[in-house]
Amino acid sequence: MDTKDLLEMLSNSSGVSGHESRLNDAIFSVFKIYADNILIDNLGNIIILKKGKNNGSNTKIMIAGHMDEIGLMVKYIEDNGFIRFTNIGGIDPRTILGQEVIVHGKKDLFGVISSKPPHLQEPAEVNKAIKMEDMIIDLGYSKEELEKIISIGDTITIKRDFKELQGDRFTGKALDDKAGIAAMYECVKELSKINHEADVYFVCTVQEEVGTRGALTSTYKINPDIGIAIDVGFGSTPELSKSDTLDMGKGPGITIGGNIHLGLREKMVEVSKEYNIPFQIEVTPGPTGTDARAMQITREGVPSLCLSIPLRYMHTSVEVVDMKDIKNTGKLLTFFIASISNENLEGLLCY
Amino acid sequence: MLLKKLTEASGVSGNEKEVRDIILDEIKVFVDEIKVDRLGNIIAYKKGKNNSKKLMIAAHMDEVGLMVTDIDDMGLLKFTTVGGIDKRILVSKPVIIGKKKISGVIGAKPTHLQEKEEWKNALDIEQLYIDIGVNTKEEAEKLVNIGDYVAFDSQYIEFGENLVKAKALDNRVGCCLLVELIKEIKDIDFYGVFTVMEEIGLVGAGPAAYRVNPDLGIILEGTLCYDIPKLDQHLIPTTLNKGPAISLVDRTTLYNINFRKKIVQIAENNHIPYQYRKIAMGGNDSGKIHTNKEGSITATISVPCRNIHSPTSVMSKDDYKNTFKLLKAILYEYKKGEL
Repeated sequence: MDTKDLLEMLSNSSGVSGHESRLNDAIFSVFKIYADNILIDNLGNIIILKKGKNNGSNTKIMIAGHMDEIGLMVKYIEDNGFIRFTNIGGIDPRTILGQEVIVHGKKDLFGVISSKPPHLQEPAEVNKAIKMEDMIIDLGYSKEELEKIISIGDTITIKRDFKELQGDRFTGKALDDKAGIAAMYECVKELSKINHEADVYFVCTVQEEVGTRGALTSTYKINPDIGIAIDVGFGSTPELSKSDTLDMGKGPGITIGGNIHLGLREKMVEVSKEYNIPFQIEVTPGPTGTDARAMQITREGVPSLCLSIPLRYMHTSVEVVDMKDIKNTGKLLTFFIASISNENLEGLLCY
Repeated sequence: MLLKKLTEASGVSGNEKEVRDIILDEIKVFVDEIKVDRLGNIIAYKKGKNNSKKLMIAAHMDEVGLMVTDIDDMGLLKFTTVGGIDKRILVSKPVIIGKKKISGVIGAKPTHLQEKEEWKNALDIEQLYIDIGVNTKEEAEKLVNIGDYVAFDSQYIEFGENLVKAKALDNRVGCCLLVELIKEIKDIDFYGVFTVMEEIGLVGAGPAAYRVNPDLGIILEGTLCYDIPKLDQHLIPTTLNKGPAISLVDRTTLYNINFRKKIVQIAENNHIPYQYRKIAMGGNDSGKIHTNKEGSITATISVPCRNIHSPTSVMSKDDYKNTFKLLKAILYEYKKGEL
């Protein structure tokens, strides 16, 4: 399958944190032809194993891209059938007003998020953000009908159709971090064409958005020698300083900072230069907000790396990514994996 | 389906061509005379057997939207609003730009990088921009011009028990009702007028009324509906599924009491549910039509729409059907000379 088609399929599906299993079939179906083994752990992480050749010392590299997305949850059904809701993961309430949603009850119901119209507000209120507690979801059913379909606690996905913009740019929801899964898919396709010694564990992690929980358990299970998180980084926009952002289309950001293993990071930079793959540097002195954080402190500690795909308008339904960056991330990962041998690993990890 | 076609067309005030072309195509074989005037209004005439009073039924074709005002060095588009839009509904919405129908999204500074304090404030238009996926001003200029109209990108979707979600229900719902009336009504004399630029100050209605010079005017609208929880009954402007909303007063018209009472009587005689539009805010083409030349008598009949002036407006198909029934009943009374 073309990576763009996978990204579209995943972006248009729904995988709110804790309820990612709706994506399992799609992910299984595309990864299985390249995998030696696929399993799902107790939390729901999908672990895809691609074995290396002549892997004498059982080197293991784990790549993590999270499959969950931010969303909403049903809190209460009002007498006239409107839904009150809360958020799962970091949602700025301002970005959900006037959006379409799918409420996942016994069946999926379409709805829209409403609030008090400006005509009925004091003029000063118009400059204030509307709070989530003052919003409702309109599903178009009476309470009696709704109660047959919807229960408190049901999850809600923001609905948005994946769409092509100019050039290689695409917009959609949950590209954080479906772009990461797409990059892993690029990588597994490339890996199948070349030789690599390390066993590679591609993990579609769950519950990253609520605290990198899937990465905790999957890293424990795999116990890798190297952990690499593939996530998204802030794409440059005019109001942000250049030092805080990544340019769109100019390659993945290689993270630098305490969360990142120095020797491995230098190797990653070396590989990208060697193969002429564009990259950028992302500076994060403390723990990254990614699965790399969970990996680093699992068991006795795992040397970790993080690659960030530039993405604009993070945590909204109109996130924008550049397919060139996804492909380059996949490529860089592939050559990095190929560059790790049973022989050189110890040296790279040495302080 | 006509309402789908009408709502998915772009017709931001001043740029109604797409909508006008759909309507002309729909009605041309059902009318006796049709013309597009110098402002772009459609004035259609159906000849009937009665010709006591001159009746004009009007619906505006335009919708609120945006217009490109500048292109920055990164190829992002700055914009202004066309018509009354609550700036808070703009962020994170897909849009369609210009004649080439370029896709874009409305972006802003990522929320992670905003101070928590900033979350309390609405984003100003100045903080927003449209991203079409290019890197430079030069690339953008090949696709988009300053002055291009921008419409929300929102599909017509039916949902719930009988609801419709679409953009521009204000006032494609009025256009749809009027097109269907023109198609269905026979032998009743009236003017069907589709006006331009209502949302930016009732621009088209005056000249159209001047040309038609009606005795009676009926204005068809999609109107403000807010019936969500925690609101006192008297603050609810209209309620969904309670039938057509008959206007009492708004910023542009004090509606003629006798005409309004006749309409209510017709609704009751025909067992058609109706409600009053219980809010004085807003205004519509009636303001220009009833003060045209020596003046005329007008009424406004509306289909209630939740989230009006947003990409996700909601209306009830039952309200639509009942509004259509009421309009037909009014026309039959008019034919008898009872209005």
